[in-house]
Amino acid sequence: MIPASFDYFAPATLDEAFALLEKHGDEAKILAGGHSLIPMMKLRFAQPETLIDINNIPGLSYIKEEDGHLKIGAMTRESDLEHSDVIANKYPIFTDASKLIADPQVRNMGTIGGNLAHGDAANDHPAVMFALRASVVISGSGGSRTVPIDEFFYGFYTTAIQETEILTEITIPTPTGKTGNAYHKLERKVGDYATAGVAIQLSVDDDGVCTYAGIGLTNVNPTPMRAARSEEALLGSKLTESDIKAAAKFASEDCNPSADLRGDVDYKRAMVEVITRRMINKAISRL
Amino acid sequence: MKNEITITVNGEKHTAEVENRLLLVHLIRENLALTGTHIGCDTSNCGACTILVNGKSVKSCTILAVQANGKEISTVEGLSPGGELNALQEGFKENHGLHCGFCTPGMLMRATELLEQNPNPTEEEIRWGISGNLCRCTGYNNIVKAIQYASAKLRGVELPSTEPDFV
Repeated sequence: MIPASFDYFAPATLDEAFALLEKHGDEAKILAGGHSLIPMMKLRFAQPETLIDINNIPGLSYIKEEDGHLKIGAMTRESDLEHSDVIANKYPIFTDASKLIADPQVRNMGTIGGNLAHGDAANDHPAVMFALRASVVISGSGGSRTVPIDEFFYGFYTTAIQETEILTEITIPTPTGKTGNAYHKLERKVGDYATAGVAIQLSVDDDGVCTYAGIGLTNVNPTPMRAARSEEALLGSKLTESDIKAAAKFASEDCNPSADLRGDVDYKRAMVEVITRRMINKAISRL
Repeated sequence: MKNEITITVNGEKHTAEVENRLLLVHLIRENLALTGTHIGCDTSNCGACTILVNGKSVKSCTILAVQANGKEISTVEGLSPGGELNALQEGFKENHGLHCGFCTPGMLMRATELLEQNPNPTEEEIRWGISGNLCRCTGYNNIVKAIQYASAKLRGVELPSTEPDFV
């Protein structure tokens, strides 16, 4: 399968990339890892007139802790997240997720920024971002703006990124107190999208009372979603078995999955309940 | 809609004017006549087209040739330049790590990076490591044994038995 013809630019700086975006407008697409975009182009689901390859722009790939935040450059590869010590020690939720995203070769190409900018509810990082209450830095020729993840996803493949802008960084507030997190998705085979996936971030105080709860769901809603009622059920609780069960039940009720080859609606809701319960327990075990 | 690119493939430099939409796997197979790299699913699932770009294993059916400009590429042809099998190839031969052989070039290239990163992987790490490569013949057991054999050989420790498992 061969994509339709297109113009190709590989700018060396962000400013050059912004200038190209301003010139070509919505006929241009940004090429990051390319493992969502190129398959869509090969199937002719996408036929951009211009590709702007940002792989040669230095300074967009990093994982660093700074000013009370974990900052991840948009072009950081999934395999970099998978093998980062900072991530493995403090944010095992990313290690959980990275291991389940596609396969090793795809993770050598795929980027965290592309995973989010694609705006697909089937992708795994959005749920993790909801759990961690991340923000996304979106840059253009006029400067940068920071958008909370709750305001980032507009709808199917559409996000807050405007046609002259590029997602450049993900910032995550460093969790305080005793914290634990976990992610799991049920997949039919390696490389498949989630039948259902759940991301959990918890913090507790010295008395074991939950002071922070973040819960994101993968591929069980038209857009990536936060399980707000589940978070409320945990917040201020001692995370007893009945609190956990209530939170899991709310998540299964509040999501809005569609039936497909991965399962019918009832099955997916049941899986959301099971995985939510298990991931809360896993996050607790990591406190 | 063409661009000129220069790439190094198995140590040899090539310059070509290519259509922007040309996929890297087609450049390798058709322009350079290196047909060891296979096209299987053409949808980045099966791993038959796996090559190394700057040492990283990637699926060349889902990369544009223009993206490889300035990069170092290794294909299965580069594993045994003198015609002598390298440790991985020998492992596949000794352990019956292939039947039809279609997946083998991709398996070899993926396993090359795997052993580079992790010279002594556990069986589980090998199985996760080749999770992006499909084999419809072997049931994977002999491929895992082949990679374990290569790992032992490269580390200079005693080679595992190549007797087949009968269960």
